[in-house]
Amino acid sequence: MSPAPPGEEAAPAIELAGLTRRYGLRAALEDVSLTLPAGATLVVFGPNGAGKSTLLRVLATLLRPHAGTTRVLGHELPKDGWAVRGRVGLLGHDPLLYRDLSPRENLRFHARLHGVGDERVEEVLDAVRLGLRTDDPLHTFSRGMVQRTAVARAILHDPALLLLDEPRANLDPAAAELVEPLIGAASGRTRVISSHDPAGGLAEGDLALGLVGGRTALLAPAGEIDPAQIGALYR
Amino acid sequence: MRTVLTLLRKELLLERKVPQLVPAMALFSVTTFVVFHFALQQRDVDGDLAAGILVVTLLFATILGINRLYVADREEGGFDAFLLAPVDRTALGVAKALTLFAFLVLVEFVMVPAFAILLFGPGVGWELVGKLVLVLAMVNVGLSVIGALVGALAIQTRARDLIGPLVALPLLVPVVITAARALSPVLGADGPGAMEGQFLAVLGLYDLVFGLLAYALFDFLLED
Repeated sequence: MSPAPPGEEAAPAIELAGLTRRYGLRAALEDVSLTLPAGATLVVFGPNGAGKSTLLRVLATLLRPHAGTTRVLGHELPKDGWAVRGRVGLLGHDPLLYRDLSPRENLRFHARLHGVGDERVEEVLDAVRLGLRTDDPLHTFSRGMVQRTAVARAILHDPALLLLDEPRANLDPAAAELVEPLIGAASGRTRVISSHDPAGGLAEGDLALGLVGGRTALLAPAGEIDPAQIGALYR
Repeated sequence: MRTVLTLLRKELLLERKVPQLVPAMALFSVTTFVVFHFALQQRDVDGDLAAGILVVTLLFATILGINRLYVADREEGGFDAFLLAPVDRTALGVAKALTLFAFLVLVEFVMVPAFAILLFGPGVGWELVGKLVLVLAMVNVGLSVIGALVGALAIQTRARDLIGPLVALPLLVPVVITAARALSPVLGADGPGAMEGQFLAVLGLYDLVFGLLAYALFDFLLED
């Protein structure tokens, strides 16, 4: 993982105070506040449309916050978004890969955008074990193999903060185990994970956030929450 | 500049692996000349008419290109991937303009000979080719810069197939008019005549103004 710039070591990785984000008149996130220390994992639960993906996109600098204070890796968004981009790895529902290019071509393209060398591309390709398929076009891949390539893309530039939207979707148990050192707790990165799996999510997180209709319905250390409380968010 | 080259390389790689835009634009151009060939019921055109047909056909072929220029980025997450990278966002606009310019040059390699065979009356010599290359290069700059700008605007909307042409056509009218006026004497019946410098100057100025405008505006078009 790339070292934090001077002055950022002690700062929390994420500080939200009254974060609000709207689509038109509808608030997708409203008055969300929390603090996540560096190296910790925030797991976000909530039914479809609760605002989980919007939260990840705001933290990734892809969406502007409309109200409140949002600090990521010590920088205020959207003002200092330029300082956060490149230090965040986003793994969402969309793999952010070109279907007609191979994994190697896709990753080399991303590597050049992030100023990363080709040797790192080979390193992450080895890590996700695509075998002899690394030069085949992505549109010939199963969804699980696309997801593995997307994992490689998300960690290619060694980000300090990983934003993971249901990261193990489409992965079989062996593949989930394969990507664990890359995006799991052992990666040592600060992580924000969107999940629909109460038991698995709570086991993985340090802090749990439950969103319903864009508002905070639950915020507590993951170890203090009963999975039944997460289930209640979906009713 | 390194980012522009990275993006340009990706665009050319995508088009080489799965040719879409260049064949479509080239086929459209040739088909349009065939239509003119039969609709005008004359084999030989020159002067104003020849210049008009050539430039208008190039314009509509470009509109096809503009509509598809950002589709892979929008549908396959290329925009988000680019926005997550610590690079100057204007690089995307510059790369797209260079991509469209390269595609137009490739299309013209098919289009101009097809025009000469199907419609153009007077003979083709090196003088004509040289003057044609000069004017088309200046036209391509205008089409590419405005195309990259309008394409980025249109792709953000749901009705992008409508918005692209509706916004691009009025902006491209001055390019078409000046290019046709500059080309008219070049395509004259009595061989290539002297080009009128004023039209080239206006074309160059228009290219420059829109180049600067696109450079200043492009970043804002990508903002959420």
